[in-house]
Amino acid sequence: MEKLLQINNIHTSFHTHVGEVKAVRGVTIDLYKGEAIGIVGESGSGKSITMMTLMRLLDNNGEIKEGEILFEGKDLAKLSEKDMEKIRGNDIGMIFQDPMTSLNPVLTVGDQLSEPLIKHMNMNKSEARKKVIEMLELVGIPSPEKRIKQYPHEFSGGMRQRVMIAMALICEPKLLIADEPTTALDVTIQAQILELMKELKEKLGMSIILITHDLGVVADVCTRINVMYGGIVVESGTSRDIFYNPKHPYTWGLLRSIPNPKLDTKERLKPIEGTPPDLLKPPAGCPFADRCDYTMKICLENKPENYEISAGHKSACWLNHPDAPKVEHDDIRRDN
Amino acid sequence: MEKKDTLIEVKNLSKFFNINKGIFSKTQSYVKAVDDVSFSIKKGETLGLVGESGCGKTTTGRTVLKLYEPTTGEIIYDGKDIAKLNAKEMLPYRRKMQMIFQDPYASLNARMTVGDIISEPIEIHKLMNKIESHERVQYLLNRVGLNPDHASRYPHEFSGGQRQRIGIARALAVQPEFIVCDEPISALDVSIQAQVVNMLEDLQEDLGLTYLFIAHDLSMVKHISKKIGVMYLGKLVEIAESNELYKNPLHPYTKALLSAIPVPDPDMAAENKRIMLEGEIPSPIDPPPGCRFRGRCRYAKPICGEAQPELKDMGGEHMVACHLY
Repeated sequence: MEKLLQINNIHTSFHTHVGEVKAVRGVTIDLYKGEAIGIVGESGSGKSITMMTLMRLLDNNGEIKEGEILFEGKDLAKLSEKDMEKIRGNDIGMIFQDPMTSLNPVLTVGDQLSEPLIKHMNMNKSEARKKVIEMLELVGIPSPEKRIKQYPHEFSGGMRQRVMIAMALICEPKLLIADEPTTALDVTIQAQILELMKELKEKLGMSIILITHDLGVVADVCTRINVMYGGIVVESGTSRDIFYNPKHPYTWGLLRSIPNPKLDTKERLKPIEGTPPDLLKPPAGCPFADRCDYTMKICLENKPENYEISAGHKSACWLNHPDAPKVEHDDIRRDN
Repeated sequence: MEKKDTLIEVKNLSKFFNINKGIFSKTQSYVKAVDDVSFSIKKGETLGLVGESGCGKTTTGRTVLKLYEPTTGEIIYDGKDIAKLNAKEMLPYRRKMQMIFQDPYASLNARMTVGDIISEPIEIHKLMNKIESHERVQYLLNRVGLNPDHASRYPHEFSGGQRQRIGIARALAVQPEFIVCDEPISALDVSIQAQVVNMLEDLQEDLGLTYLFIAHDLSMVKHISKKIGVMYLGKLVEIAESNELYKNPLHPYTKALLSAIPVPDPDMAAENKRIMLEGEIPSPIDPPPGCRFRGRCRYAKPICGEAQPELKDMGGEHMVACHLY
């Protein structure tokens, strides 16, 4: 398989009045053609900022300090704003979290959807209209001929999210970035949208990066997962590596804090105590050290190396050092 | 808790909202937000209420607390029907029944200190003097895992999980017996959700609290609830003991809803056969006669359009409202 995207050691900071917030501190992620990967983490872990860096949609006080973002060989971090505009919406589509606020309320849905076609694909209005209707049909909106004349407020939440997906897909991008695409939706609508994304991935052969904090959603859609915490990727591997053989205490914590679907009896949840680190003053060592049950002296002082557990499975935790004490994750998920 | 008495019993509760109140309007239309719902909760237990947005679960919770005046029906709290009580007669019950809200960012007054927020219900019910109330605030903050010294801070200085703890402390201030938790964890991160759920369970254990737990996250509801009710368009369509409901759902809507939960397990997710529901929840304004789910139901029969199915006991307190049974 061919690599579509290679994010190498990206650092992103925000300059605020209280100082520099180091939101992303050296993230490396790769993505192959036609593959769906997930980025999991809690708020403030840097998952959305990594994607905003990739799309070059950072606020004015944001800055890419170092690293490269190779998309089909081009380094997006160094492209001019004009060249970037050609890629956004055209080669890379993005679905935002909140369908209520990311559509323009004073434009009809048809006008909003034709804009990228006229801008990127040099279509005229009637060609664009035809394509818009086709796309709305694909995402499952009934009677699209009538719907394109309506405004966003006339659509329900699920329908609006479908419009967002249609907009992200209309130029047939090679990469779709979906930032919490179903968080605001009901489970039944969420299931419809996830099925739709899987179907479109097969049909159009595009790659997907799915950002979420819902482990259920990634288990369903993604083949590989990156777990982020405190601005770095703490563990990455295939879905099976992450769910059945996790090697980082933060991943263990995440898996333990949700009810196990295989258990009937009530087992007490084991939350991760404490709160995420303050990225104004990021810790010198491992960002998870002050919430971790297995913290050692070295964790507070030195950033853990990224240990390779098996091919493609990496964990940034000192416990994987050959001299570290052996700690086993009491894996409730492994065959029982 | 040796003997489990029923604390709250809701009988045929309805809440309709009139949507054209203009003096010249000839027709009357109603949003039937809650329509003929009955359930009961035993002391010290938790009833979960699930359903899609717009199904009336939040309205049910608020009507039970009489934050909305019920249209018809009885709310029997500890043997007394509180549905018809006026505001003054209601006051002693207000102390016993409290609520935890969904959005910890919107439900705390930004201009009040945390201490004032928590002590406000104590003042309203005139339960304690200033000194006692101050001590109570310190105790409550400690109880919900916050630093008592933070009583003089303002809500914006706290994270989402901490704010939800403040909301819980406020609800606990007047020593309630019954708490309606309206999606208390859906705005929080996964790791924080577990902290709050564990705390709610501990408080229930220690203080003998009874919960009505409203949520759309079905896996958490299963974890916390003894019994679960499923609502669809203002109607309670199925109610059963939680494990029974997950193992043996009867109503076609419950089946679809359960199969839509994303399973946090890649192998199980690959095997999972989803029952996809077509379309969306219809408008609750003057809903058609018959079963309200029939437009999306794959088993719909002619009778479903004619008669509204009643809740039937299928044995073992498993009730379902469907013409299939």
